[in-house]
Amino acid sequence: MTTRWWREVGWRHAGGLVAVVFAVVPVLYIVSAAFNPLGTVVSTDVVPTQFSLVHFRSLFEDPARPFPRWLLNTVVVCAAVTVVQVLSSAMAAYAFSRFRFRGRRGGLLTLLLIQMFPQFLAVIALFTMITELGAAVPALGLNTIAGYSLVLMGSALAQVWLIKGYFDTIPRQLDEAAVVDGAGHATVFFRILLPLARPILAVTGLLAFVGVIGEFLLASIFLTDTRSKTLAVGLYGIIESDRSNNLGVFAAGALMTALPVVLLFQYLQRYIVGGLTAGSVKD
Amino acid sequence: MTRILCLGTAVGTAAALTPSLVAGGHYVVLSIAWVVVAVLLATYATRRALLAKYLVPGTLLLVLFTVAPVLATVQMSTTNYGDGTRTTKEQTVARILANSVVPTPDSPTFNLSVATTGPGGFTFFLVDRATGRAYAGTPDGLAELSAEAVTVTRGFVTAAPGYTLLSAAQVNDAAEQLRDFAVPTEGGAILRRGLREAFEGRAVLRYDPESDTIVDQRSGTRYTVQRQGDREYYVDSGGERLSDQSWRAGVGLENYRRAFTDSRILGGFLRIFGWTVIFAAGSVLLTFAVGLALAGMLNDPRVRGQKWYRSILLLPYAIPGFISILVWSGFFNQEFGLINNLTGLSIDWLGDPFWAKVALLLLNLWLGFPYMFLVATGALQAIPGELKEAAIIDGAGGFTAFRRITFPLLLVAVAPILVASFAFNFNNFNVVELLTHGGPFTPDNPDAGATDILISYTVRLAFGAGGAQFGFAAAIATLLFVITGVLAAAQFRATRSLEEVH
Repeated sequence: MTTRWWREVGWRHAGGLVAVVFAVVPVLYIVSAAFNPLGTVVSTDVVPTQFSLVHFRSLFEDPARPFPRWLLNTVVVCAAVTVVQVLSSAMAAYAFSRFRFRGRRGGLLTLLLIQMFPQFLAVIALFTMITELGAAVPALGLNTIAGYSLVLMGSALAQVWLIKGYFDTIPRQLDEAAVVDGAGHATVFFRILLPLARPILAVTGLLAFVGVIGEFLLASIFLTDTRSKTLAVGLYGIIESDRSNNLGVFAAGALMTALPVVLLFQYLQRYIVGGLTAGSVKD
Repeated sequence: MTRILCLGTAVGTAAALTPSLVAGGHYVVLSIAWVVVAVLLATYATRRALLAKYLVPGTLLLVLFTVAPVLATVQMSTTNYGDGTRTTKEQTVARILANSVVPTPDSPTFNLSVATTGPGGFTFFLVDRATGRAYAGTPDGLAELSAEAVTVTRGFVTAAPGYTLLSAAQVNDAAEQLRDFAVPTEGGAILRRGLREAFEGRAVLRYDPESDTIVDQRSGTRYTVQRQGDREYYVDSGGERLSDQSWRAGVGLENYRRAFTDSRILGGFLRIFGWTVIFAAGSVLLTFAVGLALAGMLNDPRVRGQKWYRSILLLPYAIPGFISILVWSGFFNQEFGLINNLTGLSIDWLGDPFWAKVALLLLNLWLGFPYMFLVATGALQAIPGELKEAAIIDGAGGFTAFRRITFPLLLVAVAPILVASFAFNFNNFNVVELLTHGGPFTPDNPDAGATDILISYTVRLAFGAGGAQFGFAAAIATLLFVITGVLAAAQFRATRSLEEVH
């Protein structure tokens, strides 16, 4: 370890380590709070010192905060919205990538424009809309997971640009060869393009998934009944009702929510970095 | 085969819903449902319309749940819709009249059984105590029932085909929905009194549609429509309101006028707008500066373990935002929070207007710098190394080469992402709502907090404790649409590659 090494490489590591500490402290704090049996703000340190599963147990046993129910609700919403969003986006991307038609460029640009308007800006109209829908069809009203999912599906075409960009890189000769062999357009799409586009489908799926799991604004207005809540509003309710003493329970729930997402991110890291530079923002 | 199954399900669902939608009078929902079915049939039942087969599903959802609500918000911004104006004028008049019904000495009384045909739809089954005749009463009127139509036991209707009769406890539970239920009769209405009894009373008030006046038949007072603020009420000659109940009406650009002329609202609005811009710009600059510095430091072939750095730095980006924000909100606690504990400070982070803003920016830095780090790394790697080497050979120092060559090239590449990030933070409701709730607030303006951005302000106006002001909030939301549109245009210009859409 010479001074030269320090001057050329070492200081870079020093900067990197500072960033790592900054990034990791809140994460460690969640872990530490989740396993700390006291579960209060005062008793929690950054470094875990005690180990207990009491908060995890209370999440599954206290009927006042039905964590399993929230988890189920969240999984249902995330799965439904992600599948619909990725599939409809991929279908539209196929049309935009492979067909030539009038209004194609205009359509693509319009999509980009609409995508920049966050849907929740129309929250008041969405609220009245879902209230009226609920009066007509109670299964789709306020405090229903189905109605909430339906509203979020308004972002069905959010991933068209990313997927279309990927389709563009798949040689057209592949589909043309299949058509010569007698394949119809549906076969080309489902049997050839979709399997080849798996990486981008995984990334767009993940982006859609984290978008839904973190959605708070609409959920906080539509889902006020305890049993209809998603993890976002449910866990918020736990910490909000007592910021000092409910930290442990909240952290336990947060840990179980975040862990699968973080693992997915790590697993798909390579593709995500590629997608990011193509200009997608997580929200 | 699957296609036929899917289409069949769609038609079947719509058909199954139709009777109850017609019965409930939900014609808008009904027609939208059938339009959707028709579009699906037209697209998928033929062999033609190849293009539409791929565009229709997403477009339908986009139009129904994004485009239509945006247009509805703009439309709503020209009304006074909110608490006290949720109903139409006809509904308001009917409610005022029904509330004036009083029993008379010779009022007929009925044994009441409440029945339902489905959610929200109620029917009163009535047996006249004097004559023993049975009636069915709905908001549409009273109809006498033949002896065979229902089962009457001990003076009460106890069974009716097609109806579910409610128990006393169920009637009690539905009291809120039944509050305004009245069966109109000649010159009055039949109202519920207790769980098992109803009476026919006479309305004290009478509505005259010709002159649009409500007349009190006892005192002869006439109430006419008068505008007070952005609402209309029925008032007597002295301006005294008959009822505080108003109705939904168009007010033109009144909401916008209010936003820009009412000095208290305008003051709050301009301050919030200013902070929204500072917050969004500050977040972008901070995250980009830190992300770029990190990328510059670590993006060097001599630095080992880049994969590890990247994996760890990805964490703040990967954890769902609401979790990190809520954890950070604990860090800012003045007495027990991690930040004051570690630094030995005693800052009232969330209670002081200035420090609350600092806290927001600090949190947003944590949330955003990994993203900017990844973006900047990608952009740096895309810049050919020879350019920088050539500059260094020409005698430029490392930093000069970065400032003159690398940075300008990088900026071109990331400009669209910077604008997108600005637009995202401009509407970053989650961070503000979950960390500070827009606060701290001052007592003289409880609607507009020190860290409010436009979207959190809008949501509070619409759904906050101060009573719903949907119309006014919709006007602010419309302004947000316009600003977001301008930002979108800026991003279009920043993205050169868009000109090459092929």
